[in-house]
Amino acid sequence: MADMMGFGDMDLGDRGGEHRYKYKDAVGQPSSVGPTPSQTVGPFFAYGLTPGPYGYAHKEIHATSLLPSESDETQILIEGQVFDGAGVPVHDAIVEIVQADSAGNYASAPRNDGFTGFGRCGTGAGGLAAKGGDTHFRFHTVKPGATGDGQAPFVTVIVTMRGLLNHCITRLYFPGDQHDDDLVMRQVPQERRTTLVAEETGPNRYRFDVHMQGERETVFFDL
Amino acid sequence: MRELKEGRDWSSMPRTDFEDYRSTELRAPKQAPIRLESGWDQSVALTPVWPTLAEAEADLTSNGRVNGEPIGERIIVEGKILDDAGRAVPGALVEIWQANAAGRYIHREEIHPAPLDPNFLGAGRAITAADGSYRFVTIKPGSYPWGNHRNAWRPAHIHFSIFGAGLAQRLITQMYFPGDPTLPYDPIFNSTADAAVRNRLISRFSMEDTVPEWAHCYKFDIVVSGAFATPFEEGHDHG
Repeated sequence: MADMMGFGDMDLGDRGGEHRYKYKDAVGQPSSVGPTPSQTVGPFFAYGLTPGPYGYAHKEIHATSLLPSESDETQILIEGQVFDGAGVPVHDAIVEIVQADSAGNYASAPRNDGFTGFGRCGTGAGGLAAKGGDTHFRFHTVKPGATGDGQAPFVTVIVTMRGLLNHCITRLYFPGDQHDDDLVMRQVPQERRTTLVAEETGPNRYRFDVHMQGERETVFFDL
Repeated sequence: MRELKEGRDWSSMPRTDFEDYRSTELRAPKQAPIRLESGWDQSVALTPVWPTLAEAEADLTSNGRVNGEPIGERIIVEGKILDDAGRAVPGALVEIWQANAAGRYIHREEIHPAPLDPNFLGAGRAITAADGSYRFVTIKPGSYPWGNHRNAWRPAHIHFSIFGAGLAQRLITQMYFPGDPTLPYDPIFNSTADAAVRNRLISRFSMEDTVPEWAHCYKFDIVVSGAFATPFEEGHDHG
């Protein structure tokens, strides 16, 4: 091959071999070992992470339903919006939820009932907010059971977006449950706890808005 | 119950309110995240079930083909997902997305006047093997302009989303290329204060793993937090 390319007997190197023509170390190489810094998800994640609702030709591996529609379980709808510091709905956020099933068990292996315990939704499938697009995220799921002593039923919510260099993690609790003894809620200042409690807007229907800033800034956790 | 080991290693993370990146202004939380003493069971808090992924899903030069090969420089991007003690993170979901060789994303709201490639989607995914390794074949992405400030250009990069074991191993980041002349001008790359730390985001060209007559190889190991403190794994091999 080398002769064919007119390189004579020049050693082009081989996989695992020695490289005669390496002259010096390259610049801009990693210079320390340790945790990889976070970076923003940017504005263009949808075709990779949430392609389905956006109409991209890429198969979705996780949808906005955490269990099959034919499930016998009572299903709930969780919906909401993500608001920026000006109160404008964010149209390019990605919201992920992780939760236990109605008995308080996590889905740590594929299950016969199809419950995945994980959902993902982009807020831009409806288009730009400025053009009247729907910026809600919506998940079809079950109300989780308590996962143990000192745990009120909750849904883990991961939020990130363009303009956010580190993803945010919060919890959704349900109205009507007893939260005062919840081990995590007890570590949240009393006046901010309401940011973690969803609103019941109808039968089996809950609204959970995320506020990135402002008086109602959502409580996020350092983990 | 396995408790939280500690919060994120903020010394290795960008400043969330880094003002040079203008979109942070209305989106970065003003309050610090709450550091929990206890109560969030990390052993089960995030254990999603990932579907089995075909190997082809990690080949971005084939998963978007319509009538031919995508245009651009074919590259291999491979590495390992490790925790901060150097242990492999097997079974992690690694998802990537990127611009094409001309610096254009297929995203609908992308307006940069560079050509789309009909044979390139720009997204792929893989599950890490027992040794934490992953491997993608793709096209080297181009740089593209953005509206952060006058003459702002994003260095060529590949977006990465990682789900390891537990919430502590969720990471969203970007991989850059060695020697990129635009790196010193990019607020997103430079949002991490310590140069030695942010340079972890730069992949390493590997002649050893470059495949003759076929494709350059860039190595990118990703280090996530330890899943949780566990006395059972003391003495575990750190290799």
